[in-house]
This record gives sequence, structure tokens and C-alpha cells, in this order.
Amino acid sequence: MSPEFSDKTKKKLEEIISRYSRKEAAILPVLHLTQKEFGCISVEEEKLVAELLDIKPIQVREVATFYTMLNQMPVGKYYIQVCSNLSCSLLGAESLIDYLTEKIGIKPGETTQDNKFTLSTVECLGACEMAPCMMINFDYHGNLDKKKIDKILEGLK
Amino acid sequence: MKEKILSKHFVLENFYKIDVYLQKKGYQAVKKALNEKTPENILEEVKAANLRGRGGAGFPAGVKWSFVPQQVDKPKYLCVNADEGEPGTFKDRYIMSHDPHLLLEGIIITSYCVGIHTAFIYIRGEYEAVALRLEKAISEAYKNGFLGKNILESGFDLDVYVHRGAGAYICGEETALLESLEGKRGNPRLKPPFPASIGLFQSPTVINNVETLSNIPSIILKGAKWFCKKGLPEDGGTRIFGVSGMVKKPGIYELSIGTNLKDIIFKHAKGMAEGKKLKAVIPGGLSAPILKADEIDIKMDFDSLVNANSMLGSAAIVVIDEDTSILDVLKVVTRFYSHESCGQCTPCRIGSSWINKIVRRICDGKGKNGDIDNIIRLASNILGNTLCPLGDAAAMPILAIIKKFREEIESYVSN
Ligand SMILES: Cc1cc2nc3c(=O)[nH]c(=O)nc-3n(C[C@H](O)[C@H](O)[C@H](O)COP(=O)(O)O)c2cc1C
Ligand code: SF4
Ligand code: FES
Repeated sequence: MSPEFSDKTKKKLEEIISRYSRKEAAILPVLHLTQKEFGCISVEEEKLVAELLDIKPIQVREVATFYTMLNQMPVGKYYIQVCSNLSCSLLGAESLIDYLTEKIGIKPGETTQDNKFTLSTVECLGACEMAPCMMINFDYHGNLDKKKIDKILEGLK
Repeated sequence: MKEKILSKHFVLENFYKIDVYLQKKGYQAVKKALNEKTPENILEEVKAANLRGRGGAGFPAGVKWSFVPQQVDKPKYLCVNADEGEPGTFKDRYIMSHDPHLLLEGIIITSYCVGIHTAFIYIRGEYEAVALRLEKAISEAYKNGFLGKNILESGFDLDVYVHRGAGAYICGEETALLESLEGKRGNPRLKPPFPASIGLFQSPTVINNVETLSNIPSIILKGAKWFCKKGLPEDGGTRIFGVSGMVKKPGIYELSIGTNLKDIIFKHAKGMAEGKKLKAVIPGGLSAPILKADEIDIKMDFDSLVNANSMLGSAAIVVIDEDTSILDVLKVVTRFYSHESCGQCTPCRIGSSWINKIVRRICDGKGKNGDIDNIIRLASNILGNTLCPLGDAAAMPILAIIKKFREEIESYVSN
């Protein structure tokens, strides 16, 4: 079945599109909402967004594939993104990535079989004062060490 | 420095709410600008303040605004650069989450001065919580009559919207930002034409960094002379220095422009963590060429750092200790630019990923004779041969690391 936006999202989308003098300029906010609702931007969602903005699906793909936060494939319930840029790596990011890999049994770029976790490394998250840090979905976690990671993961049901 | 311009209220709880902001004499600058000053007055004041852009390039804000044509039959736009992608940088996040109304005042006054009626805040996608806070602040400002139609009965109208990016460092480059905001891939445009004449939706556009605009209210309230005195005569005001890496107290420090780098690290950030020894410092975000430990007795202003063959950039200071291998630093730097190159220009696309490949091979213990010279050759071929400054931003730090730490890197190649 092809996806459809909920009524609430539809209303929000209309308001967002009205901000721009050209409809397609709304594509990033629209894609953010689409991903929130359907989990990723796959072929089906491309069509949906294209229709909404009066553009071709290929134009949606052109944009969606440019930005690292937009996923072509679904990610796990908890999307763990560990910063591996300089300030974080100076303070041990690499060993934390190894620790996470060992702990949840997947390498960066992979998703656990039960779809609970996806692990990835990312560039600077703009939170270097709390290095080493990571994001789980949209929540920031900083000043990490192994103990703190244990505690955070325990809290994720 | 006694009185801070930007971070004065960061410690106050709930300062992001308009009620608290108004209690502390918030929106005085907007009132003064709209009720007592003409756009021409404001432009002169900002020019005289020598406020240089805080996003990286340091272009004087008033001069930039004066390039926007006055009489056009198209709408003009303001794009606030809140992409904050330069590794090491986190200052704009503090401004937007602790003092969003200060930024809004800056946006309102700038728009009034240039004759703009629509502003977009382009904020990096990861800052979802910050974007929500900004949206809340914007809706409060509408309710209180500081945004919307006929602001404070001055006849001036302004709408402000938050637009979230989605993870692409290049979209912090001003023309890539415009492309992205128009709903396209973030591929930088060839300049000229400059955004001031042909920018967003082909219309005249001002693009300024969050910190740049947040200085405007105090320039209006206290004047250009006062502002210059806070920094240097030709480089006015303060900077929010973001210190991270191997220091005892990482964080933001708002200090006069021209403050000594050594003092920032050893006095303000309390020196090296864990008893480590200083090896090197990156003084202005990852794109800024590295300084060795004996080069940090230097004033932090645009010109002093250019004279030291580096740059002040986003004033993000990353402190590197002796126990860190310079090869690891080089690996992070080269991986970052090869990942973030948009791919439009061959020297940047191929050069950055090729260099990264060589560095990774050296890291794996498979370095070869000639590797270092090849990196230098590739980086030199990027320099000056690309469409946007990302190419140079990739080449310069790589060349500096090799020049200053060649012996150490050679030891990894031969082992
Ligand atoms: C690759 C690249 C990335 C940039 N990223 C940012 C950024 O994240 N934030 C920012 O304010 N400026 C960034 N800039 C600088 C902008 O192009 C532009 O100079 C700045 O937004 C102008 O505002 P200002 O004059 O107030 O500094 C970047 C430049 C380049 C070349
Ligand atoms: S220099 Fe690099 S990032 Fe800039 S336009 Fe060329 S390929 Fe893209
Ligand atoms: S380097 Fe990790 S958040 Fe900036």
C-alpha cells in the first residue's frame, strides 16, 4: 500500500509550503517530516513528496541522496551516531565506537536484527565541548565513557 | 573583560523566554532602531563599528549590506547562517539556545536597515531541539508585536522562518546554503554574481552568521565607538571562543578580539587536561592551518592569524596533546574533506579522497616512499583551483600539518 500523510502532518505541510515563494523550496522541511512519519525516504516516499511539491520523483531523489541525515533505508528504533571528528577523537571516540560495536554486536553502518539499534559514525555534531559525544535519535549525549554508555543503553527499552 | 556583549545572559535560567528577556530590558535595541533611527543611520553605525563576519571569512558586515541595491522590484532576503558545521565550532548553538531573542533583535534591525521583509534562519539539521526553541521564540516575538506586520507601528513588516538543513557541511558555504534553501542539492554557485545582487530566488540577499547578527543590538544601543573599544579599532567587539580537545575546562569564552591564544588555553580553559603536554593547536576550526606549541603566543584576531599563515575562522580552538599522533589528526582532517566535498570540481573531489586514501594506507602501516610528496602535490593542485573555498579549506590544513610535522609523518611512512 502506498503511504499517505496523516491529517495532522498534512496541515503542517501546507503551512510550511506557504512560507516559500517556490513550492519546491520546502523540500527539506517536507523530507524531515516525511522521514519522521515513515522512517525513511524510499521510492514510495519519493513519489509522495514529488506529488506534494509538483516535481518529479527523480528530483526528490537528487536532493534526498545529497544529505546524510536523510535515510534511503529504515534505521533501527535507536539510531546511534557517534562523532568521530577531531575534538571527540582526541578524547577517545575511537575506543568508544569499538566498545559499542562489541556491546551491541554491530559495526558502524549496520542495524541489529531485531531493528533495535543502528550504529554509525558521523562528523562533528557541534557539541565539541562535551566530547566525546553521540546522538541517539535527536538526543545529545556528551562526556561519554564506557560506564556512561552502559547506563544510557540500559535506559533504552 | 568586564562586560560581555553576547554571553552576558547565558547563565540566567529561562532567559530564552520573552517575558524574562523583556524584564531584562530586552527589545530596547529594536525599539531604538525602529523609532529613532533611519536605515542610513544604522548602516553608518554598523560600518563604523568594524564588525567583521563571525562565520569564517571576516568580511565587514556593514560593507556587505551596502552592496545590496536599494531600489529593486524584487523582494530582498536575509539568510541567517546557523549551519555551524565547521568542526570544533559550537558557539552559535549557545546563542540560539540561551538567547534566541538577541539573535531575533539582530535580524529585525538588519532587515529594517537593508529593507528586507523575509528572513530565513538556516540551521543545521542535528540541532532539532535548538530549532524548536527558535520557533518558540519567533512565535513569542510575533505575539508581542516585534515580528509580523507594522512592527511597533513603524510601518515595517518582517517574517522570520526557521529552515532546517539535513547534514551537509558544504551547506554552510553561503551559495550552497542558497541552493539548499531553494530545495536543491547543496552545490556552491560560481561567484560573481554575489548574493547581494543575485541570491535567494534570484533576489538580492544578505547572508550573515548568527554571532555576527547577535552583535547588532549592542552596536545600536551603545554605539560604534564603544563596540570598537571592546576589540581592536579595525576589528571591533568580542569573539565567542569555543575551546575543545585536551583542556581542563572546555567550553565557550567570550573575550575581546585580539586576546592572546596562550591565555585562552592556559588561563581561561585552565590548561592541559590529565597533566598532558601541548603539541599543537587548531585556532579557528578544522579548516584553519595548525599552530605548533611554540606558535601560540599570538593575538586572536583576523589579521594576526593571517600573518601567522593560519586563520581565525570560526574562532574554534582545538587543543592537541603530545600523546596524540599527528597522523591521527591528518586522518580525521582528510577524511572529513573527502566526505564533505560536494563533488563539482575535480581537484577537490578526486584530490581530497585520494589524499585520504594515501593517509589511510600510511595508518595501516603500508606507507611508501613518495607518499608525502604526493600528498603535497595533490593538495597544492587543489589550492586556488576550485569553485568554492572548501577546496582551499581542505588543502591548507593538510599542507600545514605536513610542513610542521613532516619528520613525525615520515617516521610512520618508513615504519
Ligand atoms: C565550506 C564552508 C563552510 C562554511 N560553513 C559555515 C557555517 O557553518 N556557518 C557560517 O556562519 N559560515 C560558514 N561559512 C562561511 C559562509 O560562506 C559565509 O562567509 C558566512 O556565512 C557569511 O557571514 P558572516 O559575514 O556574518 O561571517 C562556510 C564557508 C565555507 C567555504
Ligand atoms: S571546491 Fe569542493 S566543495 Fe567546493 S564546489 Fe568544488 S567540489 Fe564542491
Ligand atoms: S568533534 Fe565531536 S562534536 Fe565536534
